[in-house]
Amino acid sequence: MAREDDLQYTAEHEWVDAADGVATVGITVYASERLGDVVYVDLPSVGDDVQAGAVIGEIESTKSVAELFSPVSGTVLEVNAAVVGSPELVNADPLGDGWLLKVGYTELPGLLTLTDYQALTKD
Amino acid sequence: MTDAPSRPELRRSPLHDLHVAAGAAFTDFAGWQMPVRYTSDLAEHAAVRSAAGLFDLSHMGEILVVGPQAGEALDSALSGRMSALAERQAKYTLLLSERGGIVDDLVVYRTGADRYLVVANASNRRTVAAELRARTEGFDALVEDESDEIGLIALQGPRSLEILQNLEGLTVGDDAVPGPPLEDALAQLGYYRALPAEFLGRRALIARTGYTGEDGFEIFTSPENLRPLWQGLLETGAGAGLVPAGLAARDTLRLEAGMPLYGHELGLTTLPSQAGLARTVVLKDKGDFVGRAAIESGAAADEESIFSGRVLAGLTAEGKRAGRAGYAVYDTGEGGTRVGVVTSGALSPTLGHPIAMAYIDPEVATPGTQLFLDVRGTRLPATVSSLPFYTRKGE
Repeated sequence: MAREDDLQYTAEHEWVDAADGVATVGITVYASERLGDVVYVDLPSVGDDVQAGAVIGEIESTKSVAELFSPVSGTVLEVNAAVVGSPELVNADPLGDGWLLKVGYTELPGLLTLTDYQALTKD
Repeated sequence: MTDAPSRPELRRSPLHDLHVAAGAAFTDFAGWQMPVRYTSDLAEHAAVRSAAGLFDLSHMGEILVVGPQAGEALDSALSGRMSALAERQAKYTLLLSERGGIVDDLVVYRTGADRYLVVANASNRRTVAAELRARTEGFDALVEDESDEIGLIALQGPRSLEILQNLEGLTVGDDAVPGPPLEDALAQLGYYRALPAEFLGRRALIARTGYTGEDGFEIFTSPENLRPLWQGLLETGAGAGLVPAGLAARDTLRLEAGMPLYGHELGLTTLPSQAGLARTVVLKDKGDFVGRAAIESGAAADEESIFSGRVLAGLTAEGKRAGRAGYAVYDTGEGGTRVGVVTSGALSPTLGHPIAMAYIDPEVATPGTQLFLDVRGTRLPATVSSLPFYTRKGE
């Protein structure tokens, strides 16, 4: 999958699509499958300052709750209103329409490549 | 999220490779690797409510108690009166500790004049077999743990009957005794009744029981026979909307139906009366049984327990955020007193709002009482509700 190759990853199962000072963030296919059907997404507000590694939201499935960690430090530029209204988008298209938020950053921390991330999630 | 490495020592169902082929995600459950979902737990849940779902219950324990005094032996071992069961009748009952706590909850089938089948939770199978052996010593009855020789699947949902009626290879009656036509025998099979049958020439037991709040059947047969039965049912039921369903859907279905789960609502520190199960403890017309003296004394099973002195109740809330097992229940939105603890909770797929079962102080357990759930630091209002949350149409 070409899109997967283009993304960077965190050990907390987020993907990051970083370009021109804007990082689009979502959760990985692996994470969405592990969670099961997502029924509620709690995201920060536009304008919030977030720190890399800090908890900035929650993703609830029928079975469990996962914390959402910010992969980068910066300011929240946009949150995906479609996902808040239809959390099932996270399962249906985690790398696309199921994106969660966009963060404006000045410096990108070290993130994982697809190969690194796949090694991490290999059973 | 934590990633548990795969554990090769986990047991697998005889249907495991079929589950893999169907795309199932698995979970470790009581030493077994069982399907938690196939595609979507919400879709599987909805299928059981509107059409039908098929569950692999290979992990459950099946223990036979056989002998001229099998009924009396079970009477002394369990909370209910098993000797009063008619043949082919089933009963939900409890195995109690000396202190009146719940060792396991069981469904007991009387499969013959001198024969009973005890179905135990997977995690308690060995404890139940050992306790039954110890408690039935001195009776003319044998206890055999047949869990590895008996497989179990559940067909649940409003279209279960028509699917089973159309299953090729299924015949009712046992040995040489011809029974009524299959369609009639299944249609007439009452709730908590069982019917001896054969599938592909091998013995099976069909019971009108389940753990979803819907009509349905549980079918016991040999592990080797489970595979053609599973495949045959899925093929027969595909047009009616039958899908394989995992443990995630099973959990939300039973929660909506207000059915307790061992390890959540039931355990050694909870008395049957606290769990709303006083009806399963028979004190009249029955002799001594393990736990009787403690139940009659009214003492707590464990004073130190967070459940002590509390009763099981339903809680409903608005919005989407569910209270989950272990979350505290308070009487006010700020400060106040901790009045209970959640044992199971989810956003109800059928009702669309959060539901939970919780042990709460009796003073606040009246339906309609406003309480608050501590959802990871935020107090959300919740209303005490009678159980079950969901009752199927026509009931």
